[in-house]
Amino acid sequence: MSDPVLTIDGLTVSLPPWSDRKHAVSNLSLAIGKQEIVCVVGESGSGKSIMGKAILGLLPKPHVRATGGRIMLEGRDLLQLPDEDMRRLRGGRIAMIFQEPMTALNPLMKVGRQVEEVLEFHTDLKPSARRARVLQLMADVHLPDAERMVNSYPHQLSGGQRQRIVIAMALALEPALIIADEPTTALDVTTQAQILHLIRELQRAHGTSVLFITHDFGVVAEIADRVAVMRHGEVVEAGTADAVLRSPQADYTKALIAAVPGLRPRVKDAGTQMPLLVVRDLEKTYVSSGSFGRASRSVKAVDKVSLQLGRQASLALVGESGSGKSTLARCIIGLETPNAGEVLLDGERITGLSREQLRPHRRQMQMVFQDPFASLNPRHRVRDIVALPLRAQGRLDRAEMAKRVAEMLERVGLSAEQGGRLPSELSGGQRQRVAIARALVLRPRIVVCDEPTSALDVSVQAQILNLLAELRRELQLTYLFISHNLAVVEHVATEVAVMYLGRIVEQARTAELFRAPRHPYTKALLASVLTPEPGLGVPDVGLGDAMPDPANVPPGCRFHPRCPVAVAQCGSAAPAPSPRPSGTVECHLAA
Amino acid sequence: MKTFWQRFLLNPRVIVGLVWLASVVLVAVLADVLTPRDPFAIVGAPFARPGGALWLGTDSLGRDVLAGLVHGARTTLLIAVLSTLAAVAFGTLVGAVAGYYGGVVDDILMRTTEFFQTIPSFLFAIVLIAILSPSAMNLVIAISVVSWPPITRVVRAEVLSVKSREFVQAAVVAGQRDHAILVTQVLPNTLSPLIVTGSLLVATAILIESALSFLGLGAPNQMSWGFMIGAGRSFLRDAWWLVTIPGVAILLTVLSINLIGEGLNDALNPRLADL
Repeated sequence: MSDPVLTIDGLTVSLPPWSDRKHAVSNLSLAIGKQEIVCVVGESGSGKSIMGKAILGLLPKPHVRATGGRIMLEGRDLLQLPDEDMRRLRGGRIAMIFQEPMTALNPLMKVGRQVEEVLEFHTDLKPSARRARVLQLMADVHLPDAERMVNSYPHQLSGGQRQRIVIAMALALEPALIIADEPTTALDVTTQAQILHLIRELQRAHGTSVLFITHDFGVVAEIADRVAVMRHGEVVEAGTADAVLRSPQADYTKALIAAVPGLRPRVKDAGTQMPLLVVRDLEKTYVSSGSFGRASRSVKAVDKVSLQLGRQASLALVGESGSGKSTLARCIIGLETPNAGEVLLDGERITGLSREQLRPHRRQMQMVFQDPFASLNPRHRVRDIVALPLRAQGRLDRAEMAKRVAEMLERVGLSAEQGGRLPSELSGGQRQRVAIARALVLRPRIVVCDEPTSALDVSVQAQILNLLAELRRELQLTYLFISHNLAVVEHVATEVAVMYLGRIVEQARTAELFRAPRHPYTKALLASVLTPEPGLGVPDVGLGDAMPDPANVPPGCRFHPRCPVAVAQCGSAAPAPSPRPSGTVECHLAA
Repeated sequence: MKTFWQRFLLNPRVIVGLVWLASVVLVAVLADVLTPRDPFAIVGAPFARPGGALWLGTDSLGRDVLAGLVHGARTTLLIAVLSTLAAVAFGTLVGAVAGYYGGVVDDILMRTTEFFQTIPSFLFAIVLIAILSPSAMNLVIAISVVSWPPITRVVRAEVLSVKSREFVQAAVVAGQRDHAILVTQVLPNTLSPLIVTGSLLVATAILIESALSFLGLGAPNQMSWGFMIGAGRSFLRDAWWLVTIPGVAILLTVLSINLIGEGLNDALNPRLADL
C-alpha cells in the first residue's frame, strides 16, 4: 500500500470522567489505501463507531473528544482542522453511509431533492446539470424508474431502496473515502446481500476507498480487502481479509469467526411424531380504520396457516420482516387473537379462551422475547423476574419458589449474586439468560423463541444458541423458533418452515431443506447467508428489491413479482401445497 | 455514571431550591415554638414599620406580620401538599385504568377528564368553594378537583407506552393477572414523570390557595399568605410591607419548588439534561 488515502496515527478518544472506562479508542493506528475496502470489526462497545465519528469530526463534544494522535487525509490533520473546513470536507472528500437509512433521510423532503441538496451545497453546477447528475446517480445505484423515484418521499421506499438513496448521496461528490457504519444491519438478509454487492461494485467503478464498520464476519468475508479487529478501543488484529479469516492469530478474532453461524446442519435428532401443538387454518387480519377520506387498510398478516409441532421437535419459522412469522407466534402463545382457525395444545383447543381461562395452559407454553433490553422490567431484580411466572401461577410456597429460581439461574449460567442485580447491571447475553430462565422456570413443554439472539452481539449469539440447544435436550423441550436468519436456524431446528407474506411456502426437515431447497424464495434466502469463508464474493440472490405491500398481496402465486423463474401461470393461479419428502412446498415449478 | 442522588443533589439550582423549601418547612413545623402567640392577636400599634421591636412590623389592626408569615407557611404548605397528594392519587388511578384497559373505559374516563380540564380551573375552584363553604378541608377538595386532570394525562400516556413494552407481554405470558400487571409491572415504570409533575403541582396548589385566600375564600381563622396579601392590599401605598413580605414568600417558595421539580426532571432523565 504505497499511498494511503487516510492514515490514523495513535488516535485516542477520551470519555467523560463518569464513564465506566477512560478511553473509547486508545492509541489506534490504521491506514486505508487507495481503492481499498477496510473493514473494522468489533462488537458493541469496541469503539469502532466512535472512531468513525472521530474521522468525521462528529464526536459528541465536549464530553467525548480526541485527546491524542492524528487523522491524516490528503495531507491534512482532520483533528486540527477548523469547523468550517471540516464541514466542507464532510460530504465532499469524506462521505458517510449510516446504519438506519430511515433516520438518515429527511422524512419531509423528496429523496431526489435530498440528493440534489448535496450537490447544491458543495458544487457550482447549474440546476439542470444538477438534475442530470441526480438521475445519473440513481441509475448508478440501480434504482429502477429514476424519474418517479426522485419524486418519492423516504417512507414510500423500502429499506433497501432508502439505503441506495443514502449511498447515492454519499457518492454524489465522488469522495475519496466513504465511511459506512453498519450499513446493512437494519436490513433484511436478502437486501443486505444486494447492498453489499452494490457497495463493492460502486467502489470498483469509482475508485473510492471505503472504511466499513461492522460486527459481522460474514460481511467481512464478502467485501473486505483488509480487516482490523477492534476490542475495548484497541486493534487486536489487522491484516488482509484472507489472512485474518483463514488463520486468525488473536483468540478474540478466532472466537468472533467461530461465532458466525455457517451452513452445516448440526441438529439431527428429530422429534417423535405425536404432535404436541397443532395449528389449523390460522388467520390473522389487521384492519386499520380509514380516516380523513383514506380507505381502511386490511393486512392479512397470517393467511390460513397450518402446522404441527411434534414432541421434542424444534420448528423454525423463517422469513423476512413482514412475513407474518412473529404474528403467527403471538397468535399461538395467546398474545393476539386470531380471526379464524384454531390452536390445539396437547389435543386441547386454546383459541377463543379468555385470558383467565388461558392461565393454567401458560404452564405448558412459555416464550423468550426478542430484545432482552425490553423484555425485563428495569425496576425488578433478576430473582424476582425469574420468580414471576411461579408467583403468577401461585402453586408453590416461598421457600420452594426461591429454590426453583436459584436452580434455574444456575442452570442458565448465572450466579446467585447476579440474582440480586437489576437488569441494567447485566450484559445483553446475561439478560437473555435471565429471560430464558423466566421462560423455563415453570417447566413448560413448549418454548416459543422470538428471534432470541438478534439483539445480541455475535459472540454472545453463539453462546445463547448453544444454551438453548442444551436446555432442549436436557429438559426435553419443544421449540418454536422464529428467525430471519437461516444460518441461525440450522443450529437449533429439526424442521424449518419458510414464511412469505403470511403463508408457509416451504416446510421440510432442516437437513433436507438446506440440501435441496425447492421453492425459489427458500433458495434466495439460502443464497443470502454470508459465510466467513473468503473469496466467495457477494452472492447474487436475484430477487427484486422489496417485499410487496402486505395489504395488497399479488394475485396468483404471491411470490411471482420477485421470483427469478416465474412463468405466466404464476401470475394467475395460486399454487397448492405439494408434498416433498419431509414436508410441503407451494410452487408451480417445484410440484 | 453518576447515581440519581448525585445528579440531583449536586445541581446548584436544586441546592438553592432545597435550602429555601427546607427552611419554609422547618418554620411551618416549628410555628408554635417560633411565635407561640395566636397570629390573629393584636400585639401593638397598627402600621408599625418593620425593623422595630416586631421584626416585620404590624398590620392595619396591629397584628404581628412575622407571626402571620410563620403560621401562614404552615396553612399554605399543608393545604398545598394534601391537595397535591389527593390529586396525584386520584389522577393516577384514573390515568392508569384508562391507559391500561383502553377502549370504552378509556373513552369514558378521558372524556370526563377533558370535561374537567376545559373549565377554567381557578373559576371552578371559586365555584366549588362558594358551594361547599370555605374551610381548610374544602380548600383541599377544591384544589385537588381542579388539579388532577394533568396527572391523569401524564399517567395515561406513560401507561400506554409502558404497556406495549415486551416485559409487560412477558408478564401476560407468565400468567400474571391484569391488576397485578398494572400495579407491579406498569405503574413503577411511570414514576419518574409522575414525580416531576406532582412536585410542580405543589407550586400550583400554593398559588391557587393563596389566590382563594386573597379573595377571602380561604380557611377562616387560619392565617395564610394569600389572606395577608388580601388584608394588606388597600394599604399598599402606606404600608408596603403588608403585601410585599407574604408576596415575596409565595414567590420564593413557588420558585424553589419549580427549581426542585426541574432538578428532579434532569436527574431522572439524564439524557435530556445533557442537551
